[in-house]
Amino acid sequence: MGKIQTRMGDGRRVELTEAEVRSDLEEGTNDAADRAKVSPLTPDEIEYLFEIHQCTDKAVSVEQGKEVCLTYDSSTTKLKRAHISLSKIQSLQVLERALGADSLELAHIDYSFKPVKPIVVFEQPVLEQALLITIPPLLYGAMPNLGLYSQPNGPCPNPMDLLPQGKISEAKASFEAAVELAIKDMVYVGSQMYETGADGINFDTTAAAGDAEFLATLRAVEILREKYPKMGIEMGMASEFILGLHGDLTYDGVRLAGLYPHDQVKLAQKAGVTIFGPAINIISNRSLPFNLARSVTYTRACTEAADIPIHAAVGMGVCGIPLAITPPVDAVSRASKAHVEICRLDGL
Amino acid sequence: MHAAHAIASGMGGLRTAGDLVARLQLNRAMKIDAAKKYVADKLRVSVADLADPVAMREVREDMDLGTLNECPGVSKGIDAKFRIAEILDLDINCVNLFKQRVNFGGQKEN
Repeated sequence: MGKIQTRMGDGRRVELTEAEVRSDLEEGTNDAADRAKVSPLTPDEIEYLFEIHQCTDKAVSVEQGKEVCLTYDSSTTKLKRAHISLSKIQSLQVLERALGADSLELAHIDYSFKPVKPIVVFEQPVLEQALLITIPPLLYGAMPNLGLYSQPNGPCPNPMDLLPQGKISEAKASFEAAVELAIKDMVYVGSQMYETGADGINFDTTAAAGDAEFLATLRAVEILREKYPKMGIEMGMASEFILGLHGDLTYDGVRLAGLYPHDQVKLAQKAGVTIFGPAINIISNRSLPFNLARSVTYTRACTEAADIPIHAAVGMGVCGIPLAITPPVDAVSRASKAHVEICRLDGL
Repeated sequence: MHAAHAIASGMGGLRTAGDLVARLQLNRAMKIDAAKKYVADKLRVSVADLADPVAMREVREDMDLGTLNECPGVSKGIDAKFRIAEILDLDINCVNLFKQRVNFGGQKEN
Protein backbone atom coordinates (compact mmCIF):
# COMPACT_ATOMS: atom_id res chain seq x y z
CA MET A 1 0.00 0.00 0.00
CA GLY A 2 1.38 3.41 -0.99
CA LYS A 3 2.44 6.21 1.26
CA ILE A 4 0.96 9.72 1.10
CA GLN A 5 2.89 12.87 1.92
CA THR A 6 0.77 15.24 3.95
CA ARG A 7 1.12 17.43 7.02
CA MET A 8 0.06 17.70 10.61
CA GLY A 9 -2.15 20.56 11.79
CA ASP A 10 0.94 22.50 12.86
CA GLY A 11 2.34 22.25 9.34
CA ARG A 12 5.04 19.60 9.90
CA ARG A 13 5.38 17.13 7.04
CA VAL A 14 4.27 13.59 7.75
CA GLU A 15 4.01 10.40 5.67
CA LEU A 16 0.87 8.33 6.18
CA THR A 17 -0.30 5.07 4.67
CA GLU A 18 -3.40 5.17 2.48
CA ALA A 19 -5.28 3.34 5.24
CA GLU A 20 -4.22 5.96 7.78
CA VAL A 21 -5.40 8.79 5.51
CA ARG A 22 -8.78 7.11 4.97
CA SER A 23 -9.11 6.49 8.69
CA ASP A 24 -8.30 10.13 9.52
CA LEU A 25 -10.80 11.38 6.94
CA GLU A 26 -13.54 9.21 8.46
CA GLU A 27 -12.62 10.23 11.96
CA GLY A 28 -12.55 13.94 11.06
CA THR A 29 -15.97 13.99 9.44
CA ASN A 30 -17.53 11.91 12.21
CA ASP A 31 -16.06 14.21 14.85
CA ALA A 32 -17.66 17.28 13.25
CA ALA A 33 -20.95 15.46 12.58
CA ASP A 34 -21.19 14.30 16.20
CA ARG A 35 -20.42 17.72 17.66
CA ALA A 36 -22.65 19.82 15.39
CA LYS A 37 -25.36 17.18 14.86
CA VAL A 38 -25.01 17.43 11.09
CA SER A 39 -24.55 14.84 8.35
CA PRO A 40 -21.08 13.35 7.88
CA LEU A 41 -19.49 13.38 4.44
CA THR A 42 -20.75 10.78 1.98
CA PRO A 43 -18.48 7.92 0.82
CA ASP A 44 -18.06 9.74 -2.52
CA GLU A 45 -16.99 12.94 -0.75
CA ILE A 46 -14.54 11.00 1.43
CA GLU A 47 -13.12 9.40 -1.73
CA TYR A 48 -12.82 12.85 -3.32
CA LEU A 49 -10.87 14.15 -0.32
CA PHE A 50 -8.69 11.03 -0.44
CA GLU A 51 -7.84 11.69 -4.09
CA ILE A 52 -6.92 15.31 -3.29
CA HIS A 53 -4.44 14.03 -0.70
CA GLN A 54 -3.24 11.17 -2.92
CA CYS A 55 -2.34 13.59 -5.71
CA THR A 56 1.42 14.15 -5.63
CA ASP A 57 1.29 17.57 -7.29
CA LYS A 58 2.55 20.38 -5.10
CA ALA A 59 -0.51 22.54 -5.78
CA VAL A 60 -4.05 21.62 -6.81
CA SER A 61 -6.93 23.83 -7.91
CA VAL A 62 -10.68 23.88 -8.53
CA GLU A 63 -12.03 22.78 -11.87
CA GLN A 64 -12.34 25.54 -14.46
CA GLY A 65 -15.71 27.22 -14.09
CA LYS A 66 -15.87 26.64 -10.33
CA GLU A 67 -13.83 29.70 -9.40
CA VAL A 68 -15.17 31.81 -6.52
CA CYS A 69 -14.72 35.34 -5.18
CA LEU A 70 -12.11 36.11 -2.58
CA THR A 71 -12.58 38.47 0.36
CA TYR A 72 -9.83 39.18 2.87
CA ASP A 73 -9.39 39.99 6.50
CA SER A 74 -7.05 42.83 7.31
CA SER A 75 -5.45 42.64 3.89
CA THR A 76 -3.46 45.89 4.10
CA THR A 77 -1.95 44.92 7.43
CA LYS A 78 -0.76 41.56 6.05
CA LEU A 79 1.74 43.48 3.91
CA LYS A 80 2.54 45.83 6.77
CA ARG A 81 3.26 42.88 9.07
CA ALA A 82 5.66 41.54 6.46
CA HIS A 83 7.45 44.90 6.75
CA ILE A 84 7.00 45.73 3.10
CA SER A 85 7.57 49.46 2.79
CA LEU A 86 4.27 50.39 1.22
CA SER A 87 1.49 52.75 2.20
CA LYS A 88 -1.98 51.33 2.73
CA ILE A 89 -3.10 52.58 -0.66
CA GLN A 90 -0.08 51.02 -2.35
CA SER A 91 -0.85 47.77 -0.53
CA LEU A 92 -4.37 47.83 -1.93
CA GLN A 93 -2.96 48.39 -5.42
CA VAL A 94 -0.65 45.40 -5.01
CA LEU A 95 -3.61 43.24 -4.04
CA GLU A 96 -5.72 44.65 -6.89
CA ARG A 97 -3.10 44.56 -9.63
CA ALA A 98 -0.60 41.87 -8.66
CA LEU A 99 -2.49 39.32 -6.58
CA GLY A 100 -5.80 39.04 -8.48
CA ALA A 101 -7.92 40.22 -5.55
CA ASP A 102 -11.66 40.14 -6.19
CA SER A 103 -12.23 42.57 -3.33
CA LEU A 104 -10.11 44.82 -1.13
CA GLU A 105 -10.11 45.66 2.54
CA LEU A 106 -8.64 48.69 4.24
CA ALA A 107 -7.65 48.19 7.86
CA HIS A 108 -5.81 49.77 10.80
CA ILE A 109 -2.73 47.94 12.08
CA ASP A 110 -4.46 47.65 15.49
CA TYR A 111 -7.28 45.66 13.89
CA SER A 112 -10.17 46.23 16.33
CA PHE A 113 -13.08 48.67 16.26
CA LYS A 114 -12.22 50.19 19.64
CA PRO A 115 -8.73 51.48 18.71
CA VAL A 116 -10.02 52.63 15.29
CA LYS A 117 -12.61 54.91 16.90
CA PRO A 118 -10.18 57.68 18.00
CA ILE A 119 -8.26 57.60 14.70
CA VAL A 120 -11.21 57.21 12.34
CA VAL A 121 -10.71 60.76 11.07
CA PHE A 122 -7.27 59.71 9.83
CA GLU A 123 -8.60 56.56 8.20
CA GLN A 124 -11.33 58.35 6.27
CA PRO A 125 -9.06 60.37 3.93
CA VAL A 126 -7.05 57.22 3.16
CA LEU A 127 -10.29 55.46 2.28
CA GLU A 128 -11.44 58.39 0.14
CA GLN A 129 -8.18 58.41 -1.82
CA ALA A 130 -8.15 54.63 -2.19
CA LEU A 131 -11.70 54.70 -3.55
CA LEU A 132 -10.65 57.18 -6.23
CA ILE A 133 -7.93 54.94 -7.69
CA THR A 134 -9.06 51.34 -7.11
CA ILE A 135 -11.82 49.41 -8.86
CA PRO A 136 -12.84 46.28 -6.85
CA PRO A 137 -15.29 46.60 -3.95
CA LEU A 138 -13.46 48.07 -0.97
CA LEU A 139 -14.45 47.11 2.56
CA TYR A 140 -13.30 48.55 5.86
CA GLY A 141 -12.53 45.80 8.35
CA ALA A 142 -11.86 45.36 12.05
CA MET A 143 -12.53 42.91 14.88
CA PRO A 144 -15.30 43.39 17.48
CA ASN A 145 -12.76 42.22 20.14
CA LEU A 146 -14.87 42.45 23.28
CA GLY A 147 -11.83 41.69 25.41
CA LEU A 148 -10.68 45.29 24.97
CA TYR A 149 -13.65 46.53 27.01
CA SER A 150 -12.64 44.83 30.27
CA GLN A 151 -9.96 45.87 32.75
CA PRO A 152 -7.07 46.55 32.45
CA ASN A 153 -7.71 47.52 28.79
CA GLY A 154 -11.23 48.88 29.26
CA PRO A 155 -13.73 50.16 31.80
CA CYS A 156 -15.64 46.95 32.68
CA PRO A 157 -14.59 44.62 35.51
CA ASN A 158 -12.83 41.65 33.97
CA PRO A 159 -15.18 38.64 33.81
CA MET A 160 -12.17 36.32 33.73
CA ASP A 161 -11.21 37.66 37.18
CA LEU A 162 -14.76 37.49 38.49
CA LEU A 163 -15.67 33.99 37.33
CA PRO A 164 -12.96 32.15 39.30
CA GLN A 165 -14.16 34.03 42.40
CA GLY A 166 -17.65 32.63 41.91
CA LYS A 167 -19.01 36.10 41.10
CA ILE A 168 -21.19 34.79 38.29
CA SER A 169 -23.82 37.52 38.25
CA GLU A 170 -21.14 40.24 38.39
CA ALA A 171 -19.30 38.62 35.46
CA LYS A 172 -22.51 38.44 33.44
CA ALA A 173 -23.27 42.09 34.20
CA SER A 174 -19.79 43.04 33.05
CA PHE A 175 -20.25 41.20 29.75
CA GLU A 176 -23.60 42.93 29.25
CA ALA A 177 -22.07 46.37 29.90
CA ALA A 178 -19.24 45.60 27.46
CA VAL A 179 -21.78 44.60 24.79
CA GLU A 180 -23.36 48.06 24.90
CA LEU A 181 -19.98 49.82 24.63
CA ALA A 182 -18.83 47.61 21.75
CA ILE A 183 -22.06 48.18 19.81
CA LYS A 184 -21.54 51.95 20.02
CA ASP A 185 -17.97 51.68 18.70
CA MET A 186 -18.86 49.29 15.86
CA VAL A 187 -21.83 51.39 14.75
CA TYR A 188 -19.78 54.60 14.96
CA VAL A 189 -16.83 53.29 12.94
CA GLY A 190 -19.05 51.41 10.50
CA SER A 191 -21.18 54.51 9.90
CA GLN A 192 -18.18 56.78 9.44
CA MET A 193 -16.50 54.50 6.93
CA TYR A 194 -19.69 53.82 4.97
CA GLU A 195 -20.51 57.52 4.80
CA THR A 196 -16.98 58.03 3.47
CA GLY A 197 -17.72 55.64 0.62
CA ALA A 198 -16.74 52.11 1.66
CA ASP A 199 -18.65 49.38 -0.15
CA GLY A 200 -19.03 47.46 3.06
CA ILE A 201 -17.85 46.69 6.56
CA ASN A 202 -16.14 43.44 7.58
CA PHE A 203 -16.64 42.22 11.14
CA ASP A 204 -13.71 39.85 11.38
CA THR A 205 -12.93 37.20 14.02
CA THR A 206 -16.40 37.63 15.45
CA ALA A 207 -17.21 35.94 18.77
CA ALA A 208 -13.58 35.46 19.78
CA ALA A 209 -14.73 36.48 23.26
CA GLY A 210 -17.76 34.21 23.14
CA ASP A 211 -21.51 34.69 23.15
CA ALA A 212 -21.46 38.31 24.40
CA GLU A 213 -19.24 39.35 21.49
CA PHE A 214 -21.47 37.52 19.01
CA LEU A 215 -24.51 39.32 20.44
CA ALA A 216 -22.79 42.72 20.26
CA THR A 217 -21.86 42.14 16.63
CA LEU A 218 -25.30 40.92 15.60
CA ARG A 219 -26.91 43.97 17.20
CA ALA A 220 -24.37 46.33 15.58
CA VAL A 221 -25.11 44.73 12.21
CA GLU A 222 -28.83 45.13 12.80
CA ILE A 223 -28.43 48.86 13.53
CA LEU A 224 -26.17 49.43 10.51
CA ARG A 225 -28.55 47.52 8.23
CA GLU A 226 -31.42 49.72 9.41
CA LYS A 227 -29.37 52.88 8.79
CA TYR A 228 -27.86 51.81 5.47
CA PRO A 229 -30.08 49.33 3.57
CA LYS A 230 -27.55 48.96 0.72
CA MET A 231 -24.41 48.48 2.83
CA GLY A 232 -22.37 45.33 2.25
CA ILE A 233 -21.73 43.57 5.55
CA GLU A 234 -19.38 40.62 5.95
CA MET A 235 -19.12 38.67 9.18
CA GLY A 236 -16.17 36.33 9.62
CA MET A 237 -16.15 34.14 12.69
CA ALA A 238 -13.39 33.34 15.18
CA SER A 239 -14.07 29.63 15.67
CA GLU A 240 -16.50 26.84 14.96
CA PHE A 241 -18.29 27.05 18.30
CA ILE A 242 -19.75 30.02 20.22
CA LEU A 243 -18.20 29.87 23.67
CA GLY A 244 -20.80 30.40 26.38
CA LEU A 245 -18.73 32.67 28.58
CA HIS A 246 -21.94 34.44 29.64
CA GLY A 247 -24.19 31.53 28.90
CA ASP A 248 -27.66 33.05 28.93
CA LEU A 249 -27.53 35.55 26.06
CA THR A 250 -30.01 35.21 23.22
CA TYR A 251 -30.65 36.85 19.86
CA ASP A 252 -34.07 36.57 18.24
CA GLY A 253 -34.98 34.06 20.93
CA VAL A 254 -32.02 31.77 20.17
CA ARG A 255 -29.44 31.02 22.86
CA LEU A 256 -26.06 31.95 21.45
CA ALA A 257 -23.81 29.74 23.55
CA GLY A 258 -22.94 26.52 21.77
CA LEU A 259 -24.03 27.46 18.25
CA TYR A 260 -22.18 25.85 15.36
CA PRO A 261 -21.75 27.48 11.92
CA HIS A 262 -24.98 26.18 10.36
CA ASP A 263 -26.94 27.93 13.16
CA GLN A 264 -24.63 30.97 13.40
CA VAL A 265 -25.33 31.87 9.78
CA LYS A 266 -29.11 31.90 10.30
CA LEU A 267 -28.76 34.64 12.93
CA ALA A 268 -26.17 36.53 10.88
CA GLN A 269 -28.41 36.73 7.83
CA LYS A 270 -31.39 37.70 9.99
CA ALA A 271 -29.36 40.60 11.43
CA GLY A 272 -28.46 41.82 7.93
CA VAL A 273 -25.14 40.22 7.02
CA THR A 274 -24.59 39.79 3.26
CA ILE A 275 -21.51 37.51 3.37
CA PHE A 276 -20.83 35.03 6.19
CA GLY A 277 -17.50 33.36 6.93
CA PRO A 278 -17.45 30.24 9.10
CA ALA A 279 -14.12 29.52 10.80
CA ILE A 280 -13.27 25.94 11.78
CA ASN A 281 -10.40 25.47 14.20
CA ILE A 282 -7.33 23.41 13.36
CA ILE A 283 -6.37 20.69 15.80
CA SER A 284 -2.63 21.06 15.50
CA ASN A 285 -1.65 17.56 16.66
CA ARG A 286 -3.95 15.82 14.17
CA SER A 287 -3.25 15.31 10.46
CA LEU A 288 -4.51 17.57 7.67
CA PRO A 289 -6.78 14.81 6.31
CA PHE A 290 -8.48 14.70 9.73
CA ASN A 291 -8.68 18.50 9.92
CA LEU A 292 -9.85 19.00 6.36
CA ALA A 293 -12.63 16.39 6.58
CA ARG A 294 -13.72 17.94 9.87
CA SER A 295 -13.76 21.48 8.47
CA VAL A 296 -15.54 20.55 5.25
CA THR A 297 -18.26 18.77 7.23
CA TYR A 298 -19.04 21.83 9.36
CA THR A 299 -18.76 24.22 6.41
CA ARG A 300 -20.95 22.17 4.06
CA ALA A 301 -23.74 22.17 6.66
CA CYS A 302 -23.36 25.95 6.94
CA THR A 303 -23.58 26.44 3.17
CA GLU A 304 -26.68 24.26 2.99
CA ALA A 305 -28.37 26.33 5.72
CA ALA A 306 -27.50 29.72 4.21
CA ASP A 307 -29.45 32.01 1.92
CA ILE A 308 -26.49 34.43 1.70
CA PRO A 309 -23.02 33.88 0.19
CA ILE A 310 -20.61 31.85 2.32
CA HIS A 311 -16.93 32.82 2.25
CA ALA A 312 -15.22 30.28 4.49
CA ALA A 313 -12.35 31.68 6.54
CA VAL A 314 -9.67 29.50 4.97
CA GLY A 315 -6.79 31.30 6.65
CA MET A 316 -3.87 30.43 8.84
CA GLY A 317 -4.94 27.98 11.57
CA VAL A 318 -8.54 27.59 10.40
CA CYS A 319 -10.48 25.57 7.79
CA GLY A 320 -7.75 23.05 7.05
CA ILE A 321 -4.84 25.49 6.82
CA PRO A 322 -1.97 24.54 9.16
CA LEU A 323 -1.34 26.63 12.25
CA ALA A 324 1.96 27.89 10.86
CA ILE A 325 3.01 31.47 10.16
CA THR A 326 4.09 30.47 6.62
CA PRO A 327 1.32 28.12 5.43
CA PRO A 328 2.61 25.72 2.73
CA VAL A 329 1.08 25.96 -0.73
CA ASP A 330 0.36 22.22 -0.90
CA ALA A 331 -1.86 22.51 2.17
CA VAL A 332 -3.45 25.85 1.24
CA SER A 333 -4.39 24.74 -2.27
CA ARG A 334 -5.87 21.45 -1.01
CA ALA A 335 -7.96 23.25 1.60
CA SER A 336 -9.04 25.80 -1.00
CA LYS A 337 -10.13 23.17 -3.54
CA ALA A 338 -11.82 20.88 -1.01
CA HIS A 339 -13.90 23.63 0.58
CA VAL A 340 -15.00 25.22 -2.69
CA GLU A 341 -15.93 22.00 -4.45
CA ILE A 342 -17.46 19.91 -1.67
CA CYS A 343 -19.12 22.73 0.26
CA ARG A 344 -20.23 24.61 -2.89
CA LEU A 345 -18.79 27.77 -1.41
CA ASP A 346 -19.46 31.22 -2.81
CA GLY A 347 -16.03 32.44 -1.85
CA LEU A 348 -13.14 32.30 0.56
CA MET B 1 -1.36 32.67 1.09
CA HIS B 2 -3.27 35.31 -0.92
CA ALA B 3 -1.49 34.14 -4.07
CA ALA B 4 -2.12 30.45 -3.36
CA HIS B 5 -5.87 30.98 -2.94
CA ALA B 6 -6.02 33.26 -5.99
CA ILE B 7 -4.49 30.52 -8.14
CA ALA B 8 -6.30 27.57 -6.54
CA SER B 9 -9.82 28.96 -6.52
CA GLY B 10 -10.03 32.73 -7.09
CA MET B 11 -11.89 34.34 -9.97
CA GLY B 12 -8.99 36.63 -10.82
CA GLY B 13 -10.20 40.07 -9.75
CA LEU B 14 -9.51 42.84 -12.22
CA ARG B 15 -7.82 40.34 -14.58
CA THR B 16 -11.24 38.83 -15.20
CA ALA B 17 -14.69 39.69 -13.82
CA GLY B 18 -13.96 38.70 -10.21
CA ASP B 19 -14.43 42.23 -8.88
CA LEU B 20 -17.79 42.55 -10.66
CA VAL B 21 -19.15 39.26 -9.31
CA ALA B 22 -17.88 40.17 -5.83
CA ARG B 23 -19.96 43.37 -5.92
CA LEU B 24 -23.15 41.36 -6.41
CA GLN B 25 -22.24 39.08 -3.52
CA LEU B 26 -21.35 41.89 -1.14
CA ASN B 27 -24.09 44.39 -1.91
CA ARG B 28 -26.94 42.14 -3.02
CA ALA B 29 -26.11 38.97 -1.06
CA MET B 30 -26.25 36.91 -4.25
CA LYS B 31 -24.87 33.36 -4.21
CA ILE B 32 -22.02 32.65 -6.59
CA ASP B 33 -24.01 31.05 -9.44
CA ALA B 34 -26.66 33.79 -9.41
CA ALA B 35 -24.04 36.53 -9.20
CA LYS B 36 -22.06 35.07 -12.12
CA LYS B 37 -25.19 34.75 -14.26
CA TYR B 38 -26.24 38.33 -13.47
CA VAL B 39 -22.85 39.71 -14.49
CA ALA B 40 -22.61 37.48 -17.58
CA ASP B 41 -26.07 38.61 -18.74
CA LYS B 42 -25.23 42.29 -18.23
CA LEU B 43 -21.91 41.94 -20.09
CA ARG B 44 -23.49 39.70 -22.75
CA VAL B 45 -20.88 36.99 -22.31
CA SER B 46 -21.04 33.37 -21.17
CA VAL B 47 -20.52 32.44 -17.51
CA ALA B 48 -17.40 30.55 -18.60
CA ASP B 49 -15.92 33.78 -19.97
CA LEU B 50 -16.07 35.50 -16.59
CA ALA B 51 -12.93 33.86 -15.18
CA ASP B 52 -11.03 33.90 -18.49
CA PRO B 53 -8.46 36.73 -18.44
CA VAL B 54 -8.14 36.86 -22.23
CA ALA B 55 -11.86 37.01 -22.94
CA MET B 56 -12.51 39.45 -20.11
CA ARG B 57 -9.65 41.72 -21.09
CA GLU B 58 -11.40 42.34 -24.40
CA VAL B 59 -14.79 42.79 -22.77
CA ARG B 60 -13.43 45.20 -20.16
CA GLU B 61 -11.64 47.19 -22.86
CA ASP B 62 -14.70 47.29 -25.11
CA MET B 63 -17.04 48.31 -22.28
CA ASP B 64 -14.44 50.56 -20.60
CA LEU B 65 -14.75 48.88 -17.20
CA GLY B 66 -11.12 49.33 -16.13
CA THR B 67 -8.27 46.96 -16.93
CA LEU B 68 -5.11 45.71 -15.29
CA ASN B 69 -2.64 47.37 -17.64
CA GLU B 70 -4.09 50.81 -18.04
CA CYS B 71 -3.71 52.68 -21.30
CA PRO B 72 -4.05 56.44 -21.72
CA GLY B 73 -7.63 57.59 -22.08
CA VAL B 74 -9.37 54.54 -20.65
CA SER B 75 -11.38 54.52 -17.44
CA LYS B 76 -9.41 54.17 -14.24
CA GLY B 77 -10.44 53.99 -10.59
CA ILE B 78 -13.58 55.99 -9.86
CA ASP B 79 -14.42 56.57 -13.54
CA ALA B 80 -14.37 52.81 -14.15
CA LYS B 81 -16.74 52.42 -11.20
CA PHE B 82 -19.14 54.94 -12.77
CA ARG B 83 -19.21 52.66 -15.83
CA ILE B 84 -19.60 49.51 -13.70
CA ALA B 85 -22.52 51.03 -11.77
CA GLU B 86 -24.27 51.91 -15.01
CA ILE B 87 -23.66 48.65 -16.86
CA LEU B 88 -24.40 46.36 -13.91
CA ASP B 89 -27.38 48.54 -12.86
CA LEU B 90 -25.86 48.65 -9.39
CA ASP B 91 -25.58 51.34 -6.74
CA ILE B 92 -21.93 51.90 -5.82
CA ASN B 93 -21.60 53.87 -2.62
CA CYS B 94 -18.51 55.92 -3.50
CA VAL B 95 -19.89 56.72 -6.98
CA ASN B 96 -23.06 58.13 -5.45
CA LEU B 97 -21.04 60.16 -2.93
CA PHE B 98 -18.78 61.44 -5.72
CA LYS B 99 -21.84 62.63 -7.65
CA GLN B 100 -23.08 64.45 -4.55
CA ARG B 101 -19.69 66.11 -3.98
CA VAL B 102 -19.43 67.49 -7.50
CA ASN B 103 -23.13 68.29 -7.78
CA PHE B 104 -23.47 65.79 -10.64
CA GLY B 105 -27.06 65.94 -11.86
CA GLY B 106 -27.95 68.48 -9.18
CA GLN B 107 -27.62 65.90 -6.38
CA LYS B 108 -25.43 67.97 -4.06
CA GLU B 109 -26.83 68.23 -0.54
CA ASN B 110 -26.51 71.53 1.32
